[in-house]
Amino acid sequence: MLIGIPKESAPGETRVAATPRTVGRLLALGHDVVVQAGAGERANFPDELYAGAGASVEPGTAAWRADLVVRVLPPDTEEVALLRPGAVLAAQLSPAHRPQLLESLAEQGVTALALDAVPRISRAQSLDVLSSMTNIGGYRAVVEAAYEYGSVFTGQVTAAGTVPPARVFVIGAGVAGLAAVGTAVSLGAVVRAFDVRPEVEEQVRSLGAEFVAVPLGDRTAGADGYARELDADLQARVLQVYARECVEADIVITTALVPGRPAPRLVSAETVARMRPGSVVVDMAARNGGNCELTQPGRVVTTHNGVRVVGYTDLPARLPTQASQLYGTNVANLVALLTPGQDGRLVLDLDDEVQRALTVTHQGRVTWPPPPVRVSAGTPAAPASTPDDAAAPTAGQAPPPAGPAAARSAPRRTAVATGLAVVLLGLLAGVSPPELVAHLTVFVLAVIVGFYVIRSVTSALHTPLLAETNAISGIILVGALLQVGSEDLLVRTLALAATVVASINVVGGFAVTGRMLRMFTRQDAA
Amino acid sequence: MTGHLVQGAYLVAAVLFVLSLAGLSRHETARRGNTLGVTGMALALAATVWLAAERAARPGLTLVLIGLAMAAGAAVGLWRARVVQMTGMPQLVATLHSFVGVAAVLIGYNAYLAPPPAGSGAETATHLVEVFLGVLIGAVTFSGSVVAALKLSARISANPLVLPRRHLLNLLALVASALLLGWFLGTHGVLPLLLMTAVALGLGWHLVASIGGGDMPIVVSMLNSYSGWAAAAAGFLLGNDLLIITGALVGSSGAILSYLMCRGMNRSFLSVIAGGFGSEGVLPEASDVAGEHRQSSPAEVADLLRTARSVVVVPGYGMAVARAQHAVAELTARLRATGTQVRFGIHPVAGRLPGHMNVLLAEARVAYDIVLDLDEANAVLPDADVVLVVGANDTVNPAAVEEPGSPIAGMPVLEVWRAREVVVLKRSMASGYAGVANPLFVRANTRMLFGDAREALAAVTQALGPATDEQQARPGLTR
Repeated sequence: MLIGIPKESAPGETRVAATPRTVGRLLALGHDVVVQAGAGERANFPDELYAGAGASVEPGTAAWRADLVVRVLPPDTEEVALLRPGAVLAAQLSPAHRPQLLESLAEQGVTALALDAVPRISRAQSLDVLSSMTNIGGYRAVVEAAYEYGSVFTGQVTAAGTVPPARVFVIGAGVAGLAAVGTAVSLGAVVRAFDVRPEVEEQVRSLGAEFVAVPLGDRTAGADGYARELDADLQARVLQVYARECVEADIVITTALVPGRPAPRLVSAETVARMRPGSVVVDMAARNGGNCELTQPGRVVTTHNGVRVVGYTDLPARLPTQASQLYGTNVANLVALLTPGQDGRLVLDLDDEVQRALTVTHQGRVTWPPPPVRVSAGTPAAPASTPDDAAAPTAGQAPPPAGPAAARSAPRRTAVATGLAVVLLGLLAGVSPPELVAHLTVFVLAVIVGFYVIRSVTSALHTPLLAETNAISGIILVGALLQVGSEDLLVRTLALAATVVASINVVGGFAVTGRMLRMFTRQDAA
Repeated sequence: MTGHLVQGAYLVAAVLFVLSLAGLSRHETARRGNTLGVTGMALALAATVWLAAERAARPGLTLVLIGLAMAAGAAVGLWRARVVQMTGMPQLVATLHSFVGVAAVLIGYNAYLAPPPAGSGAETATHLVEVFLGVLIGAVTFSGSVVAALKLSARISANPLVLPRRHLLNLLALVASALLLGWFLGTHGVLPLLLMTAVALGLGWHLVASIGGGDMPIVVSMLNSYSGWAAAAAGFLLGNDLLIITGALVGSSGAILSYLMCRGMNRSFLSVIAGGFGSEGVLPEASDVAGEHRQSSPAEVADLLRTARSVVVVPGYGMAVARAQHAVAELTARLRATGTQVRFGIHPVAGRLPGHMNVLLAEARVAYDIVLDLDEANAVLPDADVVLVVGANDTVNPAAVEEPGSPIAGMPVLEVWRAREVVVLKRSMASGYAGVANPLFVRANTRMLFGDAREALAAVTQALGPATDEQQARPGLTR
């Protein structure tokens, strides 16, 4: 099918949704690509390169009439009208913030895929434009800070005197925060980072930065009933740490975003007033109101004490070439997912949780928000989806409720299934002969015991366990033995045959289990 | 009186079985668990033989026949258990499952042929339903286990059999069985029972034949569960509580084990039962895996290992095939002798049987406390200097994490590529059981060491040269 890459119409937008390289991948999937003339110009991809990669370059609105239209930013009202009914649109649509846009797309009969609504599960990582863009943004935040900052980052001892290293404090160690940490460390700064999720400490350390610990004292222990109170208390302590760290730092980079809510206020005007002149605050949450009280979106503000507060909202767009390449790769991965046959046919599978989460309008209806995505067990509580250009989703406040709906619906289903099973069992018992009821009772209880006994088995012992249960299931020998005494010759013969095979099973099973278990040795026993 | 004593023995046996399974869930208590199981079984069988003799019209003959049959079975069982290679364990377990299936079918037929207990219409109907179900479950277990054993011993292709409308076929088999049950209840004739047995054998065969080799560990565990249900069905049939309890124990524990494994592989339980993976989904684009792999030599690998401080060995089915576990253990011992930290990372579905790798390594006397499971291994892999991948493929495939279009996408894998250097021992560049190309092989930090794993590892150990005398003097391979 035909994929259209129109030019971005927003004034500051420099990115483009496909690069010559990603066009090649789209073509390999069996699609045709039409690029609006000049679409890649600001990202340093001239039209000739697209044509050379095999795309057709058309002036005007041809790209908007394609079957699949891919953009970085959402279309405006006029552009929506250009879309064909039945076409598919993929862009960062911020579905939570633009209900009217979704309505108009649905009215137009367009299937819209919000690339910024990719669920944060590992399978979907290669589609996640939020990750790839905030990663770039984190890098750029440090570069902007370095530009505004009046000194160098690396500490040096030179003939002209000693240069102290810059001290950088990063709030929030999500994708953006970690990218900023890594960049600042590699420039030679002394970096400290903070996140309310203690489990990211290791990641921060691995990048060569220090993790700022919040003195929680020992009040977290056994505080089950006091979670709320502790939250408020914790909040206050965290803010104190921010204030202390910011005052000591030369550069502060804030990346705290909570999905669907305004950015948390973490750095007060008072704190900024206590910072040294020449210090820089880069607020990556500027678009959502900012983590710093003085942030003005899209601008650099210089405070009366000479601190610069950078509120750029277009950090990824300031690296247009790389950002476009990453965005385009995300798009190509998405198209690959949607083209299972690699035959140029687009198949949207709404039973796939990733595709379902992306799809915000379909067949004339708004399908946002999607049902909650199941977060696999063992993953630390992560927001089910981040419907905004989130950086570190949890930095400012205690972790947001991790998809409470997701947690609620699964037990409910289990409860319903259990209830049904119980009722069925009751009915069955009601119509059965009494002897059978007694057997059923025993059966059901034994099933439950089986479940509980086996639940905690070490995976290393699976094979012996299997052999053991196999040997035990040879108990069927008991049945065969009881039939051997029959006077019917056929029955007796069959029973004897059953006895032989079941005995093989019993003896062989136990012997082989014993043999395996004898081999398992501890290190200090060996 | 006898009845009461036998019931008492059954009760004790049932308790011993529960304790046995509980004991097997930890290393420390595993052997005691096996002993308890043997004791329970001996007790139950002794009681049953006594009961059988008392009930029989000719106790003497019955006892002799039982003695002969059990002795024959025990001899065969012991012989197989003694001679089986640890690498052949999956086939053996699958074969043993099929015996339970056969026994269940035979017992079902016997119960039908023996004069039915006098009783009301409802009781006769119950009896017939029990016969029918017992034979059905037994037959499915039997043919399924036979196919699994054949696949595991590579006598038939391990590729999933994909018949058109296979789910419909399974459903049809079930519907046909239900219709035959109606016929059976109506006529009490043997014909519907025989027909159903044929249908059930076909169903069991098809169910397992359509599952790919990669899912075999789950299949074996599932068949284990089926064999338990078969025993439980026989228990209902004979009104024997011990059979019911034990069958239900085995059935439910097998089911939960299969479920845990499915979850470990991020597969839906139902989809594995009803048809294979590796047979659906798309192969990743060729371009994703295109690239040059770097071929290495034993000498080069030895150099790498000499300077490494932390080594992680990731074994897979290839190690079992090459019987390389002893070579692995020797190399491990050699490395540990000079202070290198060696650990093993085991994927939950490595090999063809749950826990297969652990058993092989235990055979080679690798201490189990340096053998890590998936999560533990993934935690230490980023800090490892060298990872030796011995015959593993799908379980270390980065495509599972990085390519959503891959058939194994979403499956948790050992993230060996995060280590500094990866050495993959493999016979050739062929793809693994799931039939998915592996981009790991062309990564910048990956070297390929082609050839038979056992010989290659021995060559590496040789190239490393002996450790100092003092270190060699220490006994035991695992220090």
